[in-house]
Amino acid sequence: MDSLLSLFIGQYVADLKRSLALFAPELVLATAFVLLVIVDLIFQKSKYITGVVALLGFAVATIFMIVSPANTSFGFWQMYVFDPFSNFFKYIFLISGFAVVLISFFSNELNKSDRTMGEYYTLILGMTLGMFVISSAGNLILIYLALETMSLSSYVLAGYTKEIKRASEASLKYVIYGALASGLMIYGISILYGLTGTLSLFQINAFLTQYQGPVFPLVVASLLVLVGFGYKISAVPFHFWTPDVYEGAPVAITAYLSVASKAAGFAVFMRFLKAGFIDPTNASEQVWTMVSSIDWKFIVAVLSVLSMTIGNFVALWQTNVKRMLAYSSIAHAGYMLMGVTVMTEGGYIAVMIYFFTYLLMNFGAFYVVQLIANEIGSEELEDYNGLGYRSPLLGTAMAIFLVSLTGLPPTAGFVGKLYIFQAVINSNMIWLAVVGVLNSVVSLAYYAKVFRNMWLRGVDSNSAPLKYSIYAQLLVYAFVIPTLYYGIFWTPLVFWAKSSVMMFIGK
Amino acid sequence: MTELFLTLLIPLIGSFALLFIKKEQMQLIKYVAFGFSVISFIFSIALLLKFHSDNPNFQLTYEKVWIPSLDIGFRVGIDGMSLLLVLLTTFISPIAIYSSFDAIKKREKSYYALLLLLQFAMTGVFISLDLFLFYIFWELILIPMYFLIGIWGGKDRIYATVKFFLFTMFGSLPMLVGIIWLGQFIGTHLVHVPNGFTTNYELIRQYSHFIPIEYQKLLFWAFAISFLIKVPVFPLHTWLPDAHTEAPTAGSVILAGVLLKMGTYGLIRFNLELFPQASFLYTSLISWLAVFGIVYGALVAMVQSDVKRLVAYSSVSHLGFVVLGIFSMTVEGIQGGIIQMVNHGLSTGMLFLCVGVLYERRHTREIEEFGGIARIMPAFTVFLGIAMLASVGLPGLNGFVGEFLTLLGAFKSPFLGSIWFTVIAATGVIFAAVYLLWMFRRVMFGTITNPANRGLKDINKREWATFLPIVLFIVWIGVYPSTFLKLSENSTKKLVNKLERIKFGKERYELPVIPEISKPNNTNIKNNQ
Repeated sequence: MDSLLSLFIGQYVADLKRSLALFAPELVLATAFVLLVIVDLIFQKSKYITGVVALLGFAVATIFMIVSPANTSFGFWQMYVFDPFSNFFKYIFLISGFAVVLISFFSNELNKSDRTMGEYYTLILGMTLGMFVISSAGNLILIYLALETMSLSSYVLAGYTKEIKRASEASLKYVIYGALASGLMIYGISILYGLTGTLSLFQINAFLTQYQGPVFPLVVASLLVLVGFGYKISAVPFHFWTPDVYEGAPVAITAYLSVASKAAGFAVFMRFLKAGFIDPTNASEQVWTMVSSIDWKFIVAVLSVLSMTIGNFVALWQTNVKRMLAYSSIAHAGYMLMGVTVMTEGGYIAVMIYFFTYLLMNFGAFYVVQLIANEIGSEELEDYNGLGYRSPLLGTAMAIFLVSLTGLPPTAGFVGKLYIFQAVINSNMIWLAVVGVLNSVVSLAYYAKVFRNMWLRGVDSNSAPLKYSIYAQLLVYAFVIPTLYYGIFWTPLVFWAKSSVMMFIGK
Repeated sequence: MTELFLTLLIPLIGSFALLFIKKEQMQLIKYVAFGFSVISFIFSIALLLKFHSDNPNFQLTYEKVWIPSLDIGFRVGIDGMSLLLVLLTTFISPIAIYSSFDAIKKREKSYYALLLLLQFAMTGVFISLDLFLFYIFWELILIPMYFLIGIWGGKDRIYATVKFFLFTMFGSLPMLVGIIWLGQFIGTHLVHVPNGFTTNYELIRQYSHFIPIEYQKLLFWAFAISFLIKVPVFPLHTWLPDAHTEAPTAGSVILAGVLLKMGTYGLIRFNLELFPQASFLYTSLISWLAVFGIVYGALVAMVQSDVKRLVAYSSVSHLGFVVLGIFSMTVEGIQGGIIQMVNHGLSTGMLFLCVGVLYERRHTREIEEFGGIARIMPAFTVFLGIAMLASVGLPGLNGFVGEFLTLLGAFKSPFLGSIWFTVIAATGVIFAAVYLLWMFRRVMFGTITNPANRGLKDINKREWATFLPIVLFIVWIGVYPSTFLKLSENSTKKLVNKLERIKFGKERYELPVIPEISKPNNTNIKNNQ
């Protein structure tokens, strides 16, 4: 008995040691989080030092990501999964983390003289940590906890400029919607637990493979869990918070929410579907067979079409650029859901490619919006007239980002769309591809409005050129160049996504 | 091959070179832009000299795989039809640039850079032998055109340019779906390519007629919508009058001269070549649309009060002949269509230049405002007269050749099988005479009623220089069209042979046996039913 116990403890310790070694990037982020609080206490005067510490945290985490072996295994007693799929998304979070901190450096609304920025960067680190965990979580409770870690940080960040009324409003709305969504989700999880007797995705999968009982409670539980994910990726009909929060939050945070937070939602949703609901005995590389009689294909297709169509059509009537980009991000969630709908490796690869391109162009677009808002103090479409001539760089950059968001060659956005459509057509859902392209035309109508105002209106105005520092300018190039580069030479991107689609499903 | 690259790339290089010139050096900017464009034209002449018109296959081809995982490549090459259209592009572009020297007075640098970029993209469209590359060039054209109309256009330029942009996009995105679907289908079901996907045009062309008809139908429309909008064929033409009217003169010249031909080019290159069975099915439908467009365009042109709008509607009418010729699927019809594309580029381009001359002097294009111009501007009258008569289709000038051949093709066509297409289309020639001669009379003859017209100067040396080369070719094609018809004859025969073989099981035309230069490699045939 005694030896059995010590054997058990020995295994326990061994597993813990192994997991902790793989868990190093997350530990680094957690350490940076604590360190930042201390640094903030010491250097209260300085605005940038905390940001620099956050950047260092991200940098060290990146190094640990790179040096850690490409391992595919469980960690922490099947609570946690280490696989190329989660690594891909962790890189996305890290790049977004760098981007959001750098963008925040150039934000006038954030860097007001009477504001301390310590908590801001601390919360960004916390949010990133939550995203790291969620992309690797293999257990429903861990998914829920990570989701809450992320959400709580983002509620505060959305209202960080608290003297601005719309920011406080955004934060409050975000909390209320978030509370509702996570309440529904945990309810769904509890039903799922009641049905299957386990919280591990892999055991749920094993259970469902043999499951013969009534389908209805399973459907209800799955849909309730879906509410939580749908809320994070802001898919219609769980999108109502998005426009208000995106409009009210500081631009940098809006960009971060629209990219990283959405990526986290997609990562966990894709894992939930693949690890939990495909039949591992019957799954080929190409087409997955789904267990149980939940028609995920249909459900996701409906979400996708609704998100694209509603997102795009409502965006047509927006007069505020930030709000317009909010609706456009809903539409983009719809495009990406197209890739999820097909339930093939190819579809998942397409979503991952899309995410990388979306990261570049969406961050870029929001960054330009922020630089413009710094100078003219407005995000209204009407105030953009003639800006192309007041700042050719920002005008050109914005045009490139918007063309990329529309999905026209030769930009990165086109590559993302190309692979999504290819995956959809490959699985014979031509109708969905057609809906997708028609939506792109609609999206062009409102994206074109922005560069119409920037370049075609106010041609003869001779207002003063916009001013921004050389570093701010360099950051614009940092988004523009890859957007164009990956639009022409995208093979490495595809290679990366292909080698990352491998997801550990416990077999 | 080198010539082909240079013809394609020199405008692009020029476009970048302009960015490094200070914007105060206006003369330098103008002449650098013009110079690059002319050099590109010279290389395209070299292209012509290297071209063997006997050979019906693609020549001067070059292939470099770009995205191996999807078998997307930088594949270029020309046959007779693309050579003619490349020549048209490189010929019209310097003229368009030269004609804007006085007309454009703001932001010259961006203007000329965009024109050169446009020339690059247009050339690219005509020489692409890869569907994907074609699509990229096709979309690239939108960007310079959007700004050319939107910044340097007339009063309603923003409305016109947004409409143009949306219409074209609406057409081209289904084409993207079509390209992906086609690549997928060919790559996985008909031939083995490494990743089950290819956009190699020559490979697809060899196997695409094995695609089952129910898929071909959908693919046909995925491509056709895009091209029919670009041509434009009734009822998809409504963007054209606005875009033409609001564009700056050079923009209209290029729009009418080259851009519209991309649509008709696409119809031959993709719809007829790739989806023959579906084309047989829809030939009557599209021909009726073309015939209707001929008459409709002419009738609407008749009631226009704005000269530029009148010319724009005449384009709808004239392009109808091209489409009719193409869908007659006879050698005469397609050859007529091709030569008519060139003709329309020359004569309508020249008409727009003439309108530009009037507009620069009077800042109006209303027919009412003019009258009796012939007495004040005699040289101009001659040029406008030539352009107008060429457009009407007077024998001895180029328009006649094209219209005659297309009508003949439609008459003889075994695919259309009704003479009514020809009969009704022929009325379009009469209507064309009516609206163009009437316009000419109201603008040029009569007494000078408007005192503002009295002091007008006749055309200057620069304008002479823009008109003369066009007149040369108008007369050349009118008198001795074989020079040009010969270039595309064999490639057209090859196409018609293919169509007739599929439909009737036999080929009519003898062609010199020249082996295809580039054989698709890494492929083996899966299903050759």
